[in-house]
Amino acid sequence: MLDRFRVVGQEKKQMIRFSFIFLFTLLLFSSATGQEATLPPSPPTDVIAKDTPNDAGGSITITWKKSPDDIGAVREENKVKGYEILRSTESGGEYEVLGKTTAGAETYFDSHAKNGVLYYYKVRALGMQSFSESLPATPAKAKAQWLDWRRKYTFLLALILALSIVYFINQAKSGKQLFIRKIAGLEAVEEAVGRATEMGRKIFYIPGISDMDSMQTIAAVTILGQVAKKTAEYEAKLEVPTSRSLVMVSCRETIKEAYSNAGRPDLYNEDMVYYLTDDQFGYTAAVDGLFVREKPAAVFLQGQFYAESLILAETGNYVGAIQIAGTAQPAQLPFFVAACDYTLIGEELFAASAYLSRDPKLLGSLKGQDVGKFIFLFFIIVGSLFITFGIYDLSFLFR
Amino acid sequence: MRREVPLAITAIVGFALIIVYFIPHPPFNHSRDFFEDLFFIIAAFAIWLGCLNLLKVNADKVYRQKKGWLFSVVVWFGFFLMVIVGFWEGRGFMNPGTTFYYLYDKLYYPLNATMFSILAFFVASASYRAFRARNKEATILLIAALFVMLGRVPFGYYLSSWLPEGWRLGNITDWIMDFPQTAAQRAIMIGIALGIVSSSLRVLLGLERTFASGE
Amino acid sequence: MNFLEKLLALDRRIIFLFIAIAVALPLFFTVKLHIEVTPVVRNLHNALEALPPGSKVLVSLDYDPGSMPELQPMAESFFRYCFMRDLKIIIIGLWPNGPIQANSALEVILNEPDIKKKNPKYGIDYVNLGYTAGNEVVIERMGSDIPVTFPKDYSGSKTEDLPLMKGVKNFNNIDFVYNLSAGYPGTVEWVLFGVDPYKIKLGAGNTAVQAPQIYPYLNSGQLVGLLGGMKGGAEFEIATGHPAKAVKFMFSQSVSHALICFFILIGNFAYFATRKKKGA
Repeated sequence: MLDRFRVVGQEKKQMIRFSFIFLFTLLLFSSATGQEATLPPSPPTDVIAKDTPNDAGGSITITWKKSPDDIGAVREENKVKGYEILRSTESGGEYEVLGKTTAGAETYFDSHAKNGVLYYYKVRALGMQSFSESLPATPAKAKAQWLDWRRKYTFLLALILALSIVYFINQAKSGKQLFIRKIAGLEAVEEAVGRATEMGRKIFYIPGISDMDSMQTIAAVTILGQVAKKTAEYEAKLEVPTSRSLVMVSCRETIKEAYSNAGRPDLYNEDMVYYLTDDQFGYTAAVDGLFVREKPAAVFLQGQFYAESLILAETGNYVGAIQIAGTAQPAQLPFFVAACDYTLIGEELFAASAYLSRDPKLLGSLKGQDVGKFIFLFFIIVGSLFITFGIYDLSFLFR
Repeated sequence: MRREVPLAITAIVGFALIIVYFIPHPPFNHSRDFFEDLFFIIAAFAIWLGCLNLLKVNADKVYRQKKGWLFSVVVWFGFFLMVIVGFWEGRGFMNPGTTFYYLYDKLYYPLNATMFSILAFFVASASYRAFRARNKEATILLIAALFVMLGRVPFGYYLSSWLPEGWRLGNITDWIMDFPQTAAQRAIMIGIALGIVSSSLRVLLGLERTFASGE
Repeated sequence: MNFLEKLLALDRRIIFLFIAIAVALPLFFTVKLHIEVTPVVRNLHNALEALPPGSKVLVSLDYDPGSMPELQPMAESFFRYCFMRDLKIIIIGLWPNGPIQANSALEVILNEPDIKKKNPKYGIDYVNLGYTAGNEVVIERMGSDIPVTFPKDYSGSKTEDLPLMKGVKNFNNIDFVYNLSAGYPGTVEWVLFGVDPYKIKLGAGNTAVQAPQIYPYLNSGQLVGLLGGMKGGAEFEIATGHPAKAVKFMFSQSVSHALICFFILIGNFAYFATRKKKGA
């Protein structure tokens, strides 16, 4: 009986021993396979840190060759899921994590660098559970540059253009006669003002919906000066609703000056120019209302317009006004062409003041513009031929 | 003096900004921000000028019972309604749930959208009037317009699905948009860019001075 | 005045009436139409597909309620796409109303069952930095410092404290920029002041009126793709495999386009018939 108990006891011990060995083996095996799952991805290589060129300083560009375990990796278990960029101010010092990129990236801009401080960088490839780090890059310092060399061709082109404009202005000053082709829309200004006078109705001048920081608004205000001169001469009623306060002030000054130059300061009244609202469609609604109520004989739509262009022009057309439009917004030009009697297309808006005033200095500047056109035409033709025949790509000149 | 000072400011700021475009080094890189800030500050103050003028002109219309004076009453009412509600609600007056937001959502938004929607009607009436095959150029324009209008919507596919791939209305539309349209856009854009350069130079050199008052 | 002359000088109110019917009536019907994805939309979709999950996408909503019918479906489909693909969204507006439009688009998208399952969190998956005045200057300033340009988000929290904005200093830390534009400032400004100096990757959605002006930038490669008007929005919805509002509205747009074409044709018929008569 006792023996039987002894035998059973030995079997139990053997069972326990076996269980321990089995569990231990299992543990060893699982830790081994676990190690296989957390194998880190291969580190990125060729890490280079350089001062970011053509900037105001404060930035270092870090580039690297991505890990072989990045996008397209063969082994899914240690695939790179992103990179961390590490930075230190000492060679062997502690590195801090600066930022993170997605997988596939090979560039990072450290935009938090101080000018003149030497920085050391490492790039860390992040795997599913572990990571690997590159060797540190040669240290780099950020500094500000005096010239943005990417813009050298822009500078050259602008210089040639500016010099040719100045040259032709001087030519015009010295009395040389310059030809300017007839612009129908501007020839019609007198007709429009005359018509309004005859009919005893108002003339509305809409200087676009942009502020004085737009060249188109400046051009519109300049044309207003010429139109106002005519309305003063013809004693026509001029009204200018504006959508910007500064434009209101400029228009007032311009009209006041034009009326005084035309010898009719008595006809000028501050209320000829008034402000409506900055809101695009609020302004459109208000101007449309004015058109419908006042039924103007002539409407000038000059300056920067957007979606409101057709709404204004169609209403003007509906009330039977003679309409002269002008804008440098290519998307709005078809609407003006369809709904107005005359349209100044793009550059004609900027040429209008020279055309109307016939000031030789201003006409000279238009001639200078032609030089710019020749330069562009030359590069368009030569560039197209070069690309077509696979000789050379000239497009870098205009980047 | 009254004329020279603004012209001098224009010239100095204009040339400074041109230089800044080519020099990224401090302090030049900050000057653009500085001048822009100045512009916005001045424009913000000028809003008062505009608002006061708006109220004055409309008050005058009501007082003199000019044509459409009732609209001026609406202007006064709308102006003070929004200003008072805005001030009453203080910071965060535009957050959802506020009365200001309610007015924005239920009044301003539908009115704004209505004005924009008018475009659909005006496009129809303007194209009915303007697209006439009066001459060769107008005929080409008309045909291109019909192609694009139909090619831009699924109807174009149904009308031309029997044609070989590449010759369908959608393909012709893409071609018109990608080539003739883009070429024309580019020509206009280059002309505009040169016009802007020339005008800017005239302004900076003080040749164009109407905008700063005075011939 | 005979019939043809009357037709030639057709009262515009008649045209308006027909257009109103052509636009409104189809909205009550759901018609499955064949919508082909054009190369300009396909290119945008491909560029977005190439972004790995976790990429940061800056969305600039530069429009107001006026252009909402065309651009809002584009905003909604884009947000839906980003959430589904785990792309992180940073919203800004160069127009004061832009961020409000973003909020209403988010309200719609966050309530969709597929997106609810993903449960995107504010500050981690998307942020709305609101509006800053300054038009194109804002883009320039973002090129040097985004948190300085937008120091606080829409609800007043510090931008730097938002987890999504950690490590985002300027455009170098943004993987893609998507702009919805109805005018100025808009896509043209993003090309001139964002793409050229900072080499950002830019895709855009524009109103149909504005779109032709953007084509030169597409051909030059400055813009990766473009959604032009409602049709562009519908194509994007098809490309992303989730037909929604823009696809639904295409029937209405198709009918109205066909009607305008019809009017143009009868206008020309009347024009030629009266001219012939006069000539005879």
